[in-house]
Amino acid sequence: MRRKDRAHSMASISQNPRADGLPDLRNLGVIARILVAVNALAFAAALAAYPDFAAAVQAFVRSAALVEPVLIASLATLWLAAPWLARLPYAAGCAAVLVLVALLAAGAHAMLGEVAGADLGRALAFALASAALILAWLRLRERAFSPALAEARLAALQARIRPHFLFNSLNAVLGLLRREPRRAEQVIEDLAELFRALLTDGRSFVRLGDEIALLERYAAIEQLRLGERLRLTWELDAAPVDALLPPLVLQPLLENAVHHGVEPAAGPGEVRVRIERRGERVRAVIENTLAPAPEGAGHAHRHGSGMALANVRERLALFYDAEARLETAASDGRYRVEIDLPYRSGAS
Amino acid sequence: MSEPLRVFIADDEAPARERLKALLGDIAVEVPTALAGESANGLETLERLPAATAHVLLLDIQMPGMSGLEVARHAAGLERPPAVIFVTAHDRHAVEAFELNALDYLLKPVRAARLAAALKKAAAAGPVEPERLARAAGAAREYFSVAARNRITLVPVREVLYLRAEHKYVTLRTRAGEHLIEESLVHLEREFAGRFVRIHRNCLVARGAIRGFERAGGDADGEPRWEVLLEGVPERLPVSRRQWHAVRDAIAEARRG
Repeated sequence: MRRKDRAHSMASISQNPRADGLPDLRNLGVIARILVAVNALAFAAALAAYPDFAAAVQAFVRSAALVEPVLIASLATLWLAAPWLARLPYAAGCAAVLVLVALLAAGAHAMLGEVAGADLGRALAFALASAALILAWLRLRERAFSPALAEARLAALQARIRPHFLFNSLNAVLGLLRREPRRAEQVIEDLAELFRALLTDGRSFVRLGDEIALLERYAAIEQLRLGERLRLTWELDAAPVDALLPPLVLQPLLENAVHHGVEPAAGPGEVRVRIERRGERVRAVIENTLAPAPEGAGHAHRHGSGMALANVRERLALFYDAEARLETAASDGRYRVEIDLPYRSGAS
Repeated sequence: MSEPLRVFIADDEAPARERLKALLGDIAVEVPTALAGESANGLETLERLPAATAHVLLLDIQMPGMSGLEVARHAAGLERPPAVIFVTAHDRHAVEAFELNALDYLLKPVRAARLAAALKKAAAAGPVEPERLARAAGAAREYFSVAARNRITLVPVREVLYLRAEHKYVTLRTRAGEHLIEESLVHLEREFAGRFVRIHRNCLVARGAIRGFERAGGDADGEPRWEVLLEGVPERLPVSRRQWHAVRDAIAEARRG
């Protein structure tokens, strides 16, 4: 059952990218979750209203006279309306569900209100609040387990390999091969490490020490291509190498700095990487001198500058929610990206 | 081929230049070549190219200072312009433009066989018409160029106050002086539509250089005549009656925006 579901949703993602909508209201799992959740909420409400446990249980049973009919009627109506609701965009679908539940609750109250001993306002408030909470919960669940997320992550990962960088690096190795075979070997090894990291699953944390090693391998390749033009300064003495962070958070930022700060500059460009621990936070700053911006708009270098940043920002949000920050600033001919993360040690 | 083909290599990455030189060595039997020179950015290419007497220019596109596409346009003004073969690692837009305008290009990493074929073809076909290069470039240039036998003089577009057509030339006026280029005012107007505004049949003025307008007495039939006052230079430029309204609106719009 589950496998079939997954296969079905995968197919729908690749063949017919449906705008995301409500959860499948005919799915037994979804119905079971709604049943349990509504009753749990009713019980919690009773507990909150009556400090005495026995009184709360009594209140819960009394409220059931109103809650259960509304719940069953809602589920039945939603089951019937599911094909129609599924065609609505998510927000409209939610609104429709809420209206439906409110109507059913009002109707049930008109018929059974006296038995349950609740006034209309409270009944409506409870019905709407439960419906909204359950919708939000199902939404979160769907997101967390959705194969679409894994697919999006993969797509994002692929977007981070700048083809320009790959082909130029390969070309540089070929240029080096005859005169300095040893160095060429090293570059290929560095490239291999870099691509191994780029192609691994982006869902598990890595040690900062490993991420720094990756930065150094990447920098070695760029140094070979750009020579004197790339002036790199590392300030890593206070970097907590045992800290854990999502993979490939720093490398795209360094790549951005080189791509926008050094490559288009006629003279040498400086890039500075500083990583340090400040109390329970890890801070990384990547700073580059700005290449004088040409007036013409036809410069490929300006193209897609925000992609890597948006990508890193999105992944930080996925991993840390509001606990991580990414800030950028441009001043005095320098561009600066700062990342601030909670310090979590991977030593133990 | 009796005489070796003189090839000039322009690429900002040293290993990339090494690679091309090694490949030229590899295909020497098939296509005998001599290195005419090399350069590591756009401006350097234009400095060295006139004296290098190259037949073929192997030109990287993404170079600091000036893109290869603009370099090619300036090099086309030389007395004996080289044939150009563009080289790019990955630039979808450029490649589309090359295909569209039938320009030769090589993708990095460059292969010996492709290089040999491109060189033979370029040597046979000769230089590309500037119009095709302009179309492929898409964007406006950042420099005007005046090419002489031994030198290409570049004049940054942003320094030009006005362009005036006289006979078959166009005069570029900057604060420092004047230059003559051999281009059509109509093409220039189209290429730099955002920067220059036409004030007269024979004159385009940089919007940013206009300090104001002044009345210069009336016509024989009493219509007022206007002149443009410019930032930094004393001369006044007459606005034709036909252009007056368009000029005034364009300037008013620029000031508001």
